[in-house]
Amino acid sequence: MADLYQLANLQKIYLDRTVVTIDSLSIQRGEFLAIVGPSGAGKSTLLRLLNFLEAPTSGHLTFDGQPVPSAPPLSLVRRVTTVFQRPALLSRSVRENVAFGLRLRGLHPDGAVTQALERVGLAGLGTVTATTLSGGEMQRVALARALVLNPDVLLLDEPTANLDPYNVNLIETLVREETSRRGTTIVFVTHNVFQARRLAHRVGLMLNGALIELAPTVDFFDSPRDPRTAAFVKGEMVY
Amino acid sequence: MANFSSIVLLSLYVSGSALLIASLIGLPIGASLALKPPRAHKIIELIIYTGMGLPPVVVGLFVYLLISRSGPLGWLGWLFTPTAMIAAQVIIALPLVIGLTLTAVQSVDPQLRLQVRSLGASPAQVMRTILWEARLGVVAALLTAYGRLAAEVGAVMLVGGNIQGSTRVLTTSIVLETRQGNFELALALGGVLIVLTFMANFFLVRLSGQTRG
Repeated sequence: MADLYQLANLQKIYLDRTVVTIDSLSIQRGEFLAIVGPSGAGKSTLLRLLNFLEAPTSGHLTFDGQPVPSAPPLSLVRRVTTVFQRPALLSRSVRENVAFGLRLRGLHPDGAVTQALERVGLAGLGTVTATTLSGGEMQRVALARALVLNPDVLLLDEPTANLDPYNVNLIETLVREETSRRGTTIVFVTHNVFQARRLAHRVGLMLNGALIELAPTVDFFDSPRDPRTAAFVKGEMVY
Repeated sequence: MANFSSIVLLSLYVSGSALLIASLIGLPIGASLALKPPRAHKIIELIIYTGMGLPPVVVGLFVYLLISRSGPLGWLGWLFTPTAMIAAQVIIALPLVIGLTLTAVQSVDPQLRLQVRSLGASPAQVMRTILWEARLGVVAALLTAYGRLAAEVGAVMLVGGNIQGSTRVLTTSIVLETRQGNFELALALGGVLIVLTFMANFFLVRLSGQTRG
């Protein structure tokens, strides 16, 4: 698989605090990469950098073979989208929420919206105000809103935290399908090491903004090279 | 009666035009300030909040000095015209519209802004979406500004001159009739002013209610 992202000596600094510092990271086209680590490790900041919502303070970030400028064009930003832990929905109907990204692009394909709602099991709730749904349903709306865009890269920032097993299973199934059917590149941030093991091709551990270890899933869990990875995987790391 | 209706219509024209102009300028400024990092606009915010408490009569004095025959804008010939009254009221309403829009937009979940950008919104699309999400607060900003303009007397009196058939509005008429001892007429005019303000509020609240959800 060819590299879609390449990060080299990348740093993100807020005021005088370094939140992300990555010496080297390549993300391959079509791969499912999970990033695990404690809160405050810089995982969400890394996703914002990968979505081009923030520019790195220093270092190199290339996407699809091209260096990413500090003010990336909209056409580039629109190839990537994020589903956050808390589904930030608009106070509009479920259908309008799902159609939102398409409308931003000047498109009005009602069929795609209907199909996306069917995929997440919310076909009957299209006219309901999105912010009145349950937590699991809201997150499924957020996922449908991202999937309907057919992005090259789907970034997921702990999308199943605080959800019940039914919704966790549904969302996991949908994102797994997205990689296998469409070849969408997925970067999935999670606290849950079991979830990372179930879903990802490769897993990376972030601590204090740095990528401590990145390895194929089996190696990451069965034969970690770094003692901190071993401690994290075994649940011995207190954070 | 014709005189009375012209006073009512002029009142609506002056305050309505001022509100419209202040909204066209103030809504995008308030929204764009709110979407910037807070430290970038602390001083501007302070100036705007000070402007929200600006005494209308002082605004009237400044505008009077600007557009009086010997003032820097005297060549416009605006003194004692409805245009001068609108200009003064725009200055009164602008800090209110900017400041209250800023507060309304700041109250929208910051993650929603990030989410909207992540879904591919351009800066203008982000602003439109967040303004829409903050619409109840924005309507409250417009209502507050309209209430202040409709009740305002100092500035319109100074720059308009309360000329019958030309620049006389409800508030200046009430002052005049009270001074002349025509209390019944002054009270009737006051009643009309309150009804008009109520109708404007009712219209805007209904509008925001219909667009909610």
